[in-house]
Amino acid sequence: MIPELGHLALILALAVALAQGVLPLAGAQRARTDWMALARPLAIVQALCIVLAYASLTAAFVRDDFSVSYVAAHSNSHLPLAYRVAGVWGGHEGSLLLWQLMLNLWTVAVALFSRSLPLAFVARILAVMGLVSVGFLLFTLLTSNPFDRLLPPAFDGRDLNPLLQDPGMVLHPPMLYMGYVGFSVAFAFAVAALIGGHLDQAWARWTRPWVTAAWIFMTIGIALGSWWAYYELGWGGWWFWDPVENASFMPWLAGTALIHSLAVTEKRNSFKAWTVLLAIVAFSLSLLGTFLVRSGVLSSVHAFATDPRRGIFILAFLVVAIGASLALYAWRAPKIGLGQRFGVVSRESMLLANNVFLAAATGAVLLGTLYPLFLDSLGLGKISVGPPYFETVFALLMAPLVATMGIGPLAHWRGDAAASLARRLGIALAAALVAALVSSWIGGRWSAWSLLGLVLAWWIVCAVATDLYERLQPAGWSPARLAARLAQQPRAMAGMWLAHLGVAVFIFGVTVVKTHDVERDVKLAPGGVASVNGYDFKLVGLREVEGPNYRAVQGDFEVAKGGRRVATMHPQKRVYRVQREPMTEAAIDSNPLRDLYVSMGEPVDGGAWIVRLQHKPFVTWIWGGCVLMALGGALAASDRRYRVKQRAFAAHGVVVGR
Amino acid sequence: MLRFLIPLALFLAVAAFLAAGLDRDPRKVPSPLIDKPAPAFVAPVLADGGKTLRKEDLLGKVWLLNVWASWCVACRDEHPLLVAFAKKGGVPLVGLNYKDRREDGLAWLARHGNPYAVSLFDPEGRIGIDYGVYGVPETFVIDKEGVLRYKHIGALTPEVMAQRIVPLVAKLAGADG
Repeated sequence: MIPELGHLALILALAVALAQGVLPLAGAQRARTDWMALARPLAIVQALCIVLAYASLTAAFVRDDFSVSYVAAHSNSHLPLAYRVAGVWGGHEGSLLLWQLMLNLWTVAVALFSRSLPLAFVARILAVMGLVSVGFLLFTLLTSNPFDRLLPPAFDGRDLNPLLQDPGMVLHPPMLYMGYVGFSVAFAFAVAALIGGHLDQAWARWTRPWVTAAWIFMTIGIALGSWWAYYELGWGGWWFWDPVENASFMPWLAGTALIHSLAVTEKRNSFKAWTVLLAIVAFSLSLLGTFLVRSGVLSSVHAFATDPRRGIFILAFLVVAIGASLALYAWRAPKIGLGQRFGVVSRESMLLANNVFLAAATGAVLLGTLYPLFLDSLGLGKISVGPPYFETVFALLMAPLVATMGIGPLAHWRGDAAASLARRLGIALAAALVAALVSSWIGGRWSAWSLLGLVLAWWIVCAVATDLYERLQPAGWSPARLAARLAQQPRAMAGMWLAHLGVAVFIFGVTVVKTHDVERDVKLAPGGVASVNGYDFKLVGLREVEGPNYRAVQGDFEVAKGGRRVATMHPQKRVYRVQREPMTEAAIDSNPLRDLYVSMGEPVDGGAWIVRLQHKPFVTWIWGGCVLMALGGALAASDRRYRVKQRAFAAHGVVVGR
Repeated sequence: MLRFLIPLALFLAVAAFLAAGLDRDPRKVPSPLIDKPAPAFVAPVLADGGKTLRKEDLLGKVWLLNVWASWCVACRDEHPLLVAFAKKGGVPLVGLNYKDRREDGLAWLARHGNPYAVSLFDPEGRIGIDYGVYGVPETFVIDKEGVLRYKHIGALTPEVMAQRIVPLVAKLAGADG
């Protein structure tokens, strides 16, 4: 009964979404206030329907309703409650419903927090989001219904994939989907502006907090995914340039470019075509990611079970949604106007370089991800593109980008002198070079790449320090005055410094781990000791452990450094009762300076095991950097000018719409 | 004005490739051994551990090599086709029992029928590695000179048998005067 209610709720939502997609849009074209006013209520009703549908599916999981085909495929009566709730998004149909739920939550947020926007504009935005919703609802109802029944019901479910039975599973997909779907808001803002034919600084000011919010979720979602892969997969790797990872990274890169492009549009009324195009591209990449994961076109460890019918539908949806918006862009972009002139050395030119490098990086990742498909389609053979390509190309594009990251915040708008910037940043550059050399020397190991990474990380730190010095220094040097002056800085500035420092921390972590990471595969019997980088790992013993739905062999390790005990670690090799695939549960001892990583490999004769031991210095800085970036974004999005109604702008009669 | 059309044009090109890609299976890797001499082997026979079979023993006739295992679910789907094919006679069907235990393999053949003239026993998969086996089942067609002519990945279907395997075998058998 409840699954049927959920199914009915989906159909109802589709009807409401159709109305939401068409009526307000027509109302905005015809200046009919009554039609435009329908947008907000329709959005809320649609969201209620989807919440009902989602709750029905969750109820089916929690109640172990194995007469629902999707529940029988992804759950089990012995599955702990938390994973039954999270298991809702463990497969294709349910994760699609999660996507839908996120889309509706964002739509309601836009409906509720847009009181200060002109009605025609809001009507268009909600209509566009409604049309996206129509596409996804059709996809769900026609090809991926999570409420399909399995009759006669299964006796017990096939269990959630053991790799997903982990706290990371509870957080990573929702965060990531909030990000993916959040870019649909930017998309809707851009399309609404194109339809209306007007794009100005007010538009940019309205759009920025939404884009930043989506970007924050995307950052956290990707970081969580990377950290989860690190501790769950047992190899100690944290990024594999897998097609599905790339599918999340590309919208993030485009989103980063969009945030910075919006800054120029807001301040200088420039880069309008760039900004609108980036907004469309970011969401298009989200949609492309959906296609890649669910159509079977690329092979990946992440991909859902595939069905060519689904692939055809999503592709058709992609062509309609992206094709129409890019066609709209081609038609209307000339109308929204080009910006003002700026000098070769100026903040605009630095941000333009930023746009170009990020766009190039996105294109490079896209090319690498799709290249095997291109060659196969042309009958030129099967290849795979992996880290060697991605790491080289990406690092080469990021280096000049990071250089501009240091210069941009200090450059003046409209025009600046290279000599003046060189004078202001000369000390920063010298300090960065010295710091990089000193860090290399302390680390004891270096290479051309590691030096480059360290220089880039220190360069950001020194440039931020220079910016801070120039702004705080007039206050004098007493801590109280410095603190007061710091608090006076606009939150957008503080957010920028924090986020850029996050990038520096990230680059530092990646560089150090890649340079100093040591990994050893050893054969150990109980009582045996192996050494890695001065840490002695002793296998004290092995024992059998019973979990709620698995059985495991656990190794008990004592780790000592210089004779002093540093950690005890308990890696496991698990076999889940239902799915029977052996799974490794690595043991990690973490502190801000290093991770110790132990994973069980295979048993060999004589009661011994092959074990992998790893020492990874500063690896947590990789995700720490991402957290700082997200915090910086949150700080920037909470800037006063987004919260306080701008009477001055409203007085100029910014009417976006006919 | 025209430069604003570039993003749309690029997207449509990508979409065309994606559409073409839907038809293809990224997991199927073509064999680099086609039209090259099939790798040599000296393998124990499944039914009798004392006897061995070498590739040279099979020269002079066209033969099929079918990779199977008792733990392989898809093998059960194609097995009736192989049994029917063996009954028709003419072309020897050699099985490669891959990464399996002898008792399990023999029990499986006893339960499902044995279409193989002989089955090789490859518990560690070494012969499989030489032949580029990366999944089970797979089927190879080898000609009279011991050159590998065709590889089918996955379970055999009636269409593949009728349209690819049988005509190819007929051609190879008749080719030599």
